[in-house]
Amino acid sequence: MTNIIACIDGSALSENITTASVWAAKQIACPLTLLHSLEKEPPRTDEDLSGTIGFGSREHLLDELITLDAQRAKLALEHGKLILENAKAFALKAGAKQIELLQRHGDLVEALSDLEEETRLIVLGRLGANHAMDAHTIGSHIERVARTSHKPILISIGKFEAPKNFMIAYDGREAADNAIAKIAQSPLLLGLPCHLVMAGDDTKERRIKLEEAQNILEEEGFQVTSSIQPGKIYPILTQYRNEHNIELMVMGAYAHSKVRQFFVGSNTSKMIIESNIPLLILR
Amino acid sequence: MIDSIKRDWFSNIKGDSLAGTVVALALIPEAIAFSIIAGVDPKVGLYASFCIAVIISFVGGRPGMISAATGAMALLMVTLVKEHGLEYLLAASLLTGVIQIFAGYLKLGSLMRFVSRSVVTGFVNALAILIFMAQLPELTDVTWHVYAMTAAGLGIIYLFPLLPVIGKALPSPLVCIVVLTAFAMAYGLDIRTVSDMGELPDTLPIFLWPDVPLTLETLMIILPYSIGLALVGLLESMMTATIVDEFTDTTSDKNRECKGQGIANIGSSLFGGMAGCAMIGQSVINVKSGGRGRLSTFIAGFLLLIMVVFLDDLIGQIPMAALVAVMIMVSIGTFSWESIINLKKHPLSTNIVMLATVSIVVATHNLALGVFVGVLLASLFFANKIGRFMVIKSDKDENTNHRTYKVIGQVFFASSDQFNGSFDFKEAIEKVTIDLSDAHFWDITSVSALDKVVIKFRREGAEVEVVGLNEASATVVDKFGVHNNPEEVEKVMGGH
Repeated sequence: MTNIIACIDGSALSENITTASVWAAKQIACPLTLLHSLEKEPPRTDEDLSGTIGFGSREHLLDELITLDAQRAKLALEHGKLILENAKAFALKAGAKQIELLQRHGDLVEALSDLEEETRLIVLGRLGANHAMDAHTIGSHIERVARTSHKPILISIGKFEAPKNFMIAYDGREAADNAIAKIAQSPLLLGLPCHLVMAGDDTKERRIKLEEAQNILEEEGFQVTSSIQPGKIYPILTQYRNEHNIELMVMGAYAHSKVRQFFVGSNTSKMIIESNIPLLILR
Repeated sequence: MIDSIKRDWFSNIKGDSLAGTVVALALIPEAIAFSIIAGVDPKVGLYASFCIAVIISFVGGRPGMISAATGAMALLMVTLVKEHGLEYLLAASLLTGVIQIFAGYLKLGSLMRFVSRSVVTGFVNALAILIFMAQLPELTDVTWHVYAMTAAGLGIIYLFPLLPVIGKALPSPLVCIVVLTAFAMAYGLDIRTVSDMGELPDTLPIFLWPDVPLTLETLMIILPYSIGLALVGLLESMMTATIVDEFTDTTSDKNRECKGQGIANIGSSLFGGMAGCAMIGQSVINVKSGGRGRLSTFIAGFLLLIMVVFLDDLIGQIPMAALVAVMIMVSIGTFSWESIINLKKHPLSTNIVMLATVSIVVATHNLALGVFVGVLLASLFFANKIGRFMVIKSDKDENTNHRTYKVIGQVFFASSDQFNGSFDFKEAIEKVTIDLSDAHFWDITSVSALDKVVIKFRREGAEVEVVGLNEASATVVDKFGVHNNPEEVEKVMGGH
C-alpha cells in the first residue's frame, strides 16, 4: 500500500500542508501518513576550553553528551507528538479517513528515502519552521528532497485551496515526458482542466512533441488547452499563470546537473521561490 | 554533495573554530614530544602534524577527529631513525601511506570488528603507559629544578580549570607552558629546553622527495616498518573514529578514513614530516571543547603551523619540564582508568586478553604485535567458550540392544575431541543411532570426527545410523550471504 506522506514540522504552514495532503488523499483515495522528523540540532556542550584530559575524561565526556542528548531528544519527542496530534485532529476535521502518525529520528531527507517504497506522494511546505512567513525563500529541505526522492512532490505555498485547474510546464525533454505520463495515469488531477504550456521557439518539431503530449492526456480523459509561447521559460510561465488564473503548476524537476545549477541557477528552484500557487514536482 | 560539505564544514563554525584553536595549542607540545620519542628534530613532528591535520580535514571519513604525529607511530620509528636516518623515515612514511590507501580500497576498515573491546582497552592503556615511559628520560639524572617545574606544571594543568570563568576559557596546558617558560627565562634556570632537542621550523614546509636510493634494498629496509606503521595507524584511527562516533552519536566512513590516513601520510612525508594517525586524546579534547566538524581539524593544523613558524624563538625556550607535564596529562587522560575497576567485574578471559595486550606492547614497544596477540587470544577464548556448548545424551533400549546418542550444540575444531570422547566404544552393542538434529557442524574437523566415530562403532560390530547429518552440516559451507536472510538463518540455526 502506498501512502501520501505529509511532512509536518510545526511551522505556521503545517495546517496548509495538512489541508493539501488531505485533498490529495481524497483525490487518489489512499491513506495519509503525517510525518514529523526529529532533526538533530547542532550539539552544544558547556563551553569548556580548558583543553585538559584527566582521570576518566572519556567516560565522563560520553556520559555528559549522552545526558544532554537524552534531555533534548525527550523534549523534541514530546513536542513532535503534540504537533502530529494537532495535525491529525485538523486532518480529521478536513475529512481524511485513514491517518497514520509517524515520527522518525534524523534528517527529513533520510526519513523520506527510508519511506520511499511506501510513498505515493510527498507533501511539503515551502517554508520550514525556521523561516519567516513572508519571505520568498526556498525551505531548506525542498531542493534536497526533490533531488533525492523519486516520488512526486506537492509543494504547498501559502494557504492551500483545492485547485480548480492546473498547468503543465512542458519543454519536450525526457523529464517533462515522464511528467506527462505520470499525470495521465494518476487520478490526482483527473477532471480538472489542463493547460499544457511550452515556452520558447515555435518550431515544427516542438509543436509535434506538444501535440503528442496533448494526445496522451486527452486519451485519459483530460480536457487540454495547449500553447507555445515565445520567450524565456520563467517569465512566460509566470505570465501565463497570471493570465489564466492557474491554481496549480506541474513541472518536471532538476533536469540539469548540480554544476550547471551552481553557475546558471535552476529553473525549478526559481519557480519554487517565486510561485504563489502550489506546485507539483515530478521526477 | 554540496549539502554534506556544508554540514561537515560549516554547520558549527563557532564551536569548531574555538575547539580547533584549543587543539592547535595542545598539538604543539605533543608534536615536539613525539618527534623527540622518534629521535628526529621537532620540526619533523610539527610539519607532520600540520600536513596530516590539514589533509585529513578534507579527505578523512570522520569529521571532528584529530589526526597528527602520534606517539604510537613514533615508537615504531625509533630503530629505523637510529640505524638509517631521517630520509629513510620519510620514505617509510610514504610507503605507509600507499599501504593504507590500498587497505582503504580493500575495505579493511571493516576488519576492525574482529578487534574486541578488551583489545581496544589494552591498546589504549598500553599507549598511555608508553607515552608516560617516554617522558622518563627527561626526568632521570636531572636537578631538582626539573622535578619542581614538572610538578608545578601538572598543578597548573589540573588546578587552573577549577578557577571561575577564566578557568574554562583558556587551555590550561597553554597556561602551564607560558608560565613555566616565563619563569625559566626570568630566573635563567639552567634546564633543558626544546631548542636543545633539535631544529624547529622557521619556514613553511617545502616539497621534498625523500632522498633515498630507489632500490630493492631500500624497500626491504623500510617495508617492515611501513607495514607496522600502516597497521598501527589504521588501528588507532579506527578506534578513535569509533570513540568519536560514540561521542557525537553519528556514523563515519571507515574505509574513507583509511584512504584519508594514507593520503595524509603521503602528503606529510613529501613535506618533510613523519607518519601519523588519529589521536585519541586530542580528539577527546576537540569534542570536549565543542568541535564537531571538519573545520576544527583544519584550524588545528593550520594554526599550529602559523604559531610555530612565527613563534619559533619563543617555542625554543619552552623548558622540557613543561612538555613533560603536558605529556603526563595526555597519558593520564588516554589511560582507561575504568578498565582497572572493571578487572573485578569482567570475566577472567577478558582480563587476560586486555593485560596480555598491554604487557606485549610495553615489552616490545610495538602496538601492532600487542593487538595481534590480543586478537588471537580473544578468538581462542571465544572458540573455547562456544566449544563448551555441546552435550551428548544417550539412552539405551535394552530389548533390542540399541543405543541412541543425541548430540546437542556446536561441533567444531575446539569441541571435536570432546565429541569423540563422549561415545562409549567399549560397550558391546548391536545398533547405534547418532541423532544430530539439534547439532551444528561448523567445519571439516567436526565432520571427520563424526566419520571416525562411525568407523569405530562399525569395527566393534555395531550397525550405525546417522540422523539429520545434512541439516547439521549445512553450517560447514562458507556461505557468508546467509546472515542477510532471516529465513535462511532460521533454517540453518533453528532446530531441524
